[in-house]
Amino acid sequence: MSEALDSKAIEELRQIAGRYPQARSGLLPMLHLVQSVQGRITPEGIETCAEILGISAAEVSGVATFYTMYKRRPVGDYHVGVCTNTLCAVMGGDAIFERLKDHLGVGNDEVADERAGDKATVSLEHVECNAACDFAPVVMVNWEFMDNQTPESATQLVDDLRAGTPVQSTRGPRLCTWREAERVLAGFEDGLADEGPAAGPASLVGLEIAREQGWTAPATAPGKGE
Amino acid sequence: MVSTSSTDGGAAPSTLTPVLTDNWDAERSWTLAAYEAGGGYAALRKALSTLQPDEIITMVKDSGLRGRGGAGFPTGMKWSFIPQDNPNPKYLVVNADESEPGTCKDIPLMMASPHTLVEGVILSSYAIRANHAFIYVRGEVLHVVRRLRAAVREAYDAGHLGKDIHGSGYDLDLVIHAGAGAYICGEETALLDSLEGRRGQPRLRPPFPAVAGLYASPTVINNVESISSVPSIVANGADWFASMGTEKSKGYVIYSLSGHVKRPGQYEAPLGITLRELLDLGGGMRDGHELKFWTPGGSSTPLLTPEHLDMPLDYESVGAAGSMLGTRALQIFDETTCVVRAVLRWLEFYKHESCGKCTPCREGTWWLVQNLAKLEKGEFRRDEGEQILDLLLDQCDNILGRAFCALGDGATSPVTSSVQYFRDEYLAHLDGGGCPFDPAASTAWAVREGVKQ
Repeated sequence: MSEALDSKAIEELRQIAGRYPQARSGLLPMLHLVQSVQGRITPEGIETCAEILGISAAEVSGVATFYTMYKRRPVGDYHVGVCTNTLCAVMGGDAIFERLKDHLGVGNDEVADERAGDKATVSLEHVECNAACDFAPVVMVNWEFMDNQTPESATQLVDDLRAGTPVQSTRGPRLCTWREAERVLAGFEDGLADEGPAAGPASLVGLEIAREQGWTAPATAPGKGE
Repeated sequence: MVSTSSTDGGAAPSTLTPVLTDNWDAERSWTLAAYEAGGGYAALRKALSTLQPDEIITMVKDSGLRGRGGAGFPTGMKWSFIPQDNPNPKYLVVNADESEPGTCKDIPLMMASPHTLVEGVILSSYAIRANHAFIYVRGEVLHVVRRLRAAVREAYDAGHLGKDIHGSGYDLDLVIHAGAGAYICGEETALLDSLEGRRGQPRLRPPFPAVAGLYASPTVINNVESISSVPSIVANGADWFASMGTEKSKGYVIYSLSGHVKRPGQYEAPLGITLRELLDLGGGMRDGHELKFWTPGGSSTPLLTPEHLDMPLDYESVGAAGSMLGTRALQIFDETTCVVRAVLRWLEFYKHESCGKCTPCREGTWWLVQNLAKLEKGEFRRDEGEQILDLLLDQCDNILGRAFCALGDGATSPVTSSVQYFRDEYLAHLDGGGCPFDPAASTAWAVREGVKQ
C-alpha cells in the first residue's frame, strides 16, 4: 500500500538528523518525511527512524502517537481541517463541519470514498485554533489557510479538490498534496515561498487605519539610533 | 472619530503605532530585498560593529520590554539569567508555536516579515552569546514555514547568518523546526522536550531553562513578537521604546481583534489602549448587536464583560480586573453567543491538549467536560443547578495551582469567570429544553443574510 523507504529517503532522514547538535532533535521532521514518502507513519518508518537515531522503536512510537499531525492511517490527497475551537465554531465552523461531514459522507478523521471520475481524495478532520481568528471561520487544507469560509464555499472547495480543479489558498500558493506539504514540514523547500500575498486583508486593518489617520510610532529622539 | 487619551501633555500621540506591522503592506515584504530597502538589518550591522553583547542586554532591560507570549516576564532580565561562566553552549529558542485560542499575531508577522524575526534572533543570540538558535514553529502553518525557511536561506546568503557575520568574528546557525500538532508545546519546557525529539511534556522547574534548558544547557526561550521587537529597540534606543505604553507596561504590541466585530484584524498600539478605543477604530460591534463577553488574551485568560471596556489593556490593569493581558487575543462575542457553549468548547480543547503527565489536569479537564456537556444539554434537574455550579468550581479548585504547568490553570479560567458573570445563564439551561440560544444567529453570515433579505 505504501512505498518502501528507499535509499534516497534514508539518506534524507540522516540529513535531517544532521541539522541538529544532537541527532534526536531531528525526530519530528524525520516523521514528517516518513509521512511524505509513505503517506502515514508506518512500522517501517518507526523502525528506520529508531535505527538512525540509535533509540528504541518504542521511543519513536511514543513520539509519533503524541502529536496530532502524525497519522497512522492514510489521509486523503487533500486533508481538510475545519476549525471548531470556540471562536471559529461560533462564527460558523460548527455549521461548516456538519455540512462537510454530510456532503462527504464521513465522520471526523475519515477519508471520503473516491467516486468514479474523482481526480483526488479528500479527508476531513476538525482542528483546534490555527491562529487565524481574524479570518474566522477558518478551514485548513494540507495546512494552508482557506479564510472566511461558509458552508457553501467549503462544499465547493471539496468538490473542486476531488475534481482536480486547481485551488489557491487565500494566503498562499495553489494547494499542493498532503504528501508534498509533509515534505516541506520535513525541511525541504518547494520553491513556493514567493507565492501568495504578504498578508490577508484582516492582517492589514490596523495598518490601513494608521495610514489614513497619519499615525506612526514616535520619531527617534535626536542622537539616538540611526 | 476616535477619542484618544489626553493625559499626556504636548501633541496628541498616535493611537496606533505600526512598527512590527509597518512593512506588511510593502511589495513582496517577506523578501530580504524589501526588508533591507525599508532599513532592515541596519540594527544588526550597528550592533555587530559598535555594541558589546552586554550593552544589548542593558538596552533591552532599559526598554522595559516584557515577554509578548503571555506571561509578560521582563525580556532583558530573562537574558541576564544566562550564566555566562557555564561551559556549555548557550541556545536561543524562539517559541513560534502560536496555538492559544484567539491568538493570531505571530503567524501573520512571520508570513509578512520573517526577516524581522530573523534579525531579532541574530541580535538576541549575539546578546546572550549563543551560536545556535532555533525557531520552533507549529507545523500547521505550511506557508509560514516556507517563508521562514526562505528568509533564513537569504540571510545566510547575505552573510547575516553563518560564520564570522559581517567580519565580527561572531558565528550563528539558525534552524527552522516545524512541530507536529500539540498545544502543550507552547509551554516553554514542553517545547524544549519536543525540540529534543520527545513527547512534548513540561519539565519540573527548577532548574529553569536559563540554567538547564535545551540539551541541559543555558537556554533563552522567547516569543516571536518579543524577539521581533528587539531590532527596533537596538535601532531606535531604549528610551524610544519606553516612550510608548504605560509606566510599567512599556512599548507597542499587536492587539488581535476577532469575533463579532465589524473589522476583525491586527491593531498595533502602545500598551494601555482600551477595548472601547479599539472597537471604535474598527467601527464597533457588528450591526444591531452588543458586546456580551470577551477574552483579553486568549482562552486561558478569564472572561471579561462590557464593564471592562474602558480598562487599559496593559499587564497591571487587566491583572487588577482579575484576568491577564496574555497574548492580547481579543475574542469578542455578542449577545447571540451562549457562554456555556463557548466554555464547553474551550474545555474540550484543554481536555484534548492536556499532555497527560499530571493527574489534576488530565483527570480534571475530563470531568469538567463531562459536567459542562451535561449542563449544556440540560441533563441535570433544575433543583440540582446550584450544586452543579459549585461542583464545577470545586473541580476547578482541584486543578488551579495543583497542575504541573499553566495549561491546567488556564483551563479553569473560562469556567470560573463565566460562572462568576453568567450564573443565571448556566441555570437557564436547566429550565427545560437545554440551550436556549440559536447557534445560527452567531455565525459570520447571519448578519449578511439578514441584511440581504
